[in-house]
Order: sequence, then C-alpha cells, then structure tokens
Amino acid sequence: MADNVKPRVKVPRSASAGESVLLKTLISHPMESGQRKDSDGNPIPRSIINRFTCAFNGENVIDVTLEPAISTNPFIEFEAVVPEAGEFVFTWYDDDGSVYTETKAIEIG
Amino acid sequence: MAKLNLTTALATAALLGTASGAWSDENATLIVNGEIEMVTRTAAPDHVPFDEIRSGWTFRTEETQVLQMDDFDNPGMIFVDQAIDTWNTAEGSEGKSCASCHEDVESSMQGVRAVYPKWNETAGEVRTLAMQINDCRENQMGANPYKYDSNPMAAMEALISVQSRGMPVNVAIDGPVSETWEKGKEIYYTRYGQLELSCANCHEDNYDNMIRADHLSQGQINGFPTYRLKNAKLNTVHGRFKGCVRDTRAETFSPGSPEFVALELYVASRGNGLSVEGPSVRN
Repeated sequence: MADNVKPRVKVPRSASAGESVLLKTLISHPMESGQRKDSDGNPIPRSIINRFTCAFNGENVIDVTLEPAISTNPFIEFEAVVPEAGEFVFTWYDDDGSVYTETKAIEIG
Repeated sequence: MAKLNLTTALATAALLGTASGAWSDENATLIVNGEIEMVTRTAAPDHVPFDEIRSGWTFRTEETQVLQMDDFDNPGMIFVDQAIDTWNTAEGSEGKSCASCHEDVESSMQGVRAVYPKWNETAGEVRTLAMQINDCRENQMGANPYKYDSNPMAAMEALISVQSRGMPVNVAIDGPVSETWEKGKEIYYTRYGQLELSCANCHEDNYDNMIRADHLSQGQINGFPTYRLKNAKLNTVHGRFKGCVRDTRAETFSPGSPEFVALELYVASRGNGLSVEGPSVRN
C-alpha cells in the first residue's frame, strides 16, 4: 500500500433543493507512473489511483478513470445538483487493491 | 451533468472571470480562507534599498496566486497534515513526541516562525527553525535529526509556520546576531559562480524583470517553506538558496552550513513587515 494516502473532500454543509454545489476532492498519493526507473535502473512499478467515483444517496454522480500521466495528489473538482438532503460517498480505487472512502452529509436549508 | 476539472488552475481561473492568463495581478490582495489577510506589499525596512518590499506572491500568475487563497486548494497543506501526525508521534530513546513538551501546536508555536532565525543564548549561536527542530529531536527526544532540507523537515517547518500566518516577519538584526547578519549581507552581495552573479544582481537590480520565462521576484523568504509547482513538494529556504547558487554555476554551500544560516538571517530581515505565508504556493 502506498504510504500517507489520505483522502479529503470539501462539501458545503447545506444547499437549497435543486442547487448545484461545487465539490472539491483531493487524495494524497504518489501516483507512481510505472515509467520511471530507480537509481539501479530497475523500473519502479506503477502504483496509481485508477478510478474515482462519487455517489449521492446511492445514485452515481461521477465515475472517473485515472491514467498514469496524472500527477501526484490528484485533485478533482466538479459540480453536483442536490435534490434533497443526503450523503455524498467518495471512493478512490488504488492499483494495489486498496479502496479509500470518505462520506459527507449535506442538509437542505 | 457533472463538470470535471482535473486542474485547480482551470477551475479557479474561470471563477475569477478576469483571469488574464500568464501575467500576475500585482495589486491583488491575498486573503487566505477568506479570513487571514496578508501584507504582500509594505514599506521597506531601513536596511533594505527598496521603497517597497513585495511578497513573491505578487509576482506569480493569477492561477498560482489563487491556489494560496484557500487551504483546500493549497497543495502545501497536505504536508502540514502529515506533520500534525508527526507532531503527536513519539520518536527516539526518550519516548517523547513534539507534543510531549510543546502540547498544542496551535498555541505553543504561534508567532515562532515570524522571529526566526534568532539568537539562542544557551548555545551562543544564531539558530534557524530547522536547527531548533533538530536540536529538539536530538537532545530532547533522543531521535535522529532530519536531513536539513528533507521532506519531513520541510513539513514540520510548514506546520510551525502555519501557526504564524498573517503575522509580520520580525527578525532581529542587532545585538548578538549583528555579526552573523553582516556576514549574510556580504554573501548576498558577493558574486558567485562562472556567471558571476550575486543574489542582488537578480533580486535587487532586476526584480520585476523577466529572466527568460521567469518573472523575477525580490527573493523574499516570508512564504517558506514553499510548495513549488515545478517539483510538487515543499521546498526549504536552504534548498532554494542552493538552487539559486547552483544556477550561477558555482559550487554551492551546503544546506545548514553557517554561510546559508547567515544568508537566511539576512534575507529574512529584508522581509521584515511582510506576513508569514508559509506554506506558500509558487511556480
């Protein structure tokens, strides 16, 4: 498992129904591309976050495939319409099989 | 339909609406998280031959400037988070962590970054923040010192720096430090390397001009440690000094050497009055 992996998200505490809100996500991750070599000339194996998803109350908001050219600590920002109070679930999938999840509730008001 | 922006720069530039692209907004105001107002331009201290001293932030492009205005967007804050974990982790033979003595970092380290480097009476020497951190590690915790310009050192400096954000840099230049300060000043004005460049040739004589594609700043260090987009990590003051001296095609002093400590003291004092910004974001 990659070291120091820590997901973080920024979601407004509340929104009015039907409002489009801005969501910011960042996961600290080395995103080793697999193209580099170490000082002995051996390839450093690829280790990246390969998929990111966000769901709201079970409904998919976004599903992203990440590729090796994406830099360290990938930052993904997007908007989502909030029809009702509920919970955003953010999920990152690591090459090594680890899955990192973060949830944030949002209120209507 | 969700909109995806893989870079903050694109999204935030769009938010600003006025983004002009590659040039900086030199008169913009730096307010972090909508609450910490920073002094990025102020009258120069008496010992600095400028009318006005300016934070490096005022020389950066709007996209880069915006990254520093919100802690979530500031990639340097990732390392601050890591250092918070380190702060509470016991290391070394004494079984102590930073928190064992200093407790809550937010109160105990407030204002510390603003006055370093400073004179340490017991040791009888000028100490940088990094030297003090390593002194704690070796003598209080019984742990191995960090390499002077290493990542964990930069992260710990960033954590301590955050507690002073918005406070004016206020480094003493008289009294017991004056000898070191004079030495730093001499280094600042000495030409080094095959290109025979001193710090002053770029950062005093030519600031605000372009050096090829780079917009030269006054070389202020109030924003250190600095997250640089070019290497995607926190950079220490001495790491930056080393890079600059290397670019003159000289053999550099080592990070942590007495020469760089003196230079840090002198350069820090040139920014007296600017806000502590660390971790700042630069290109």
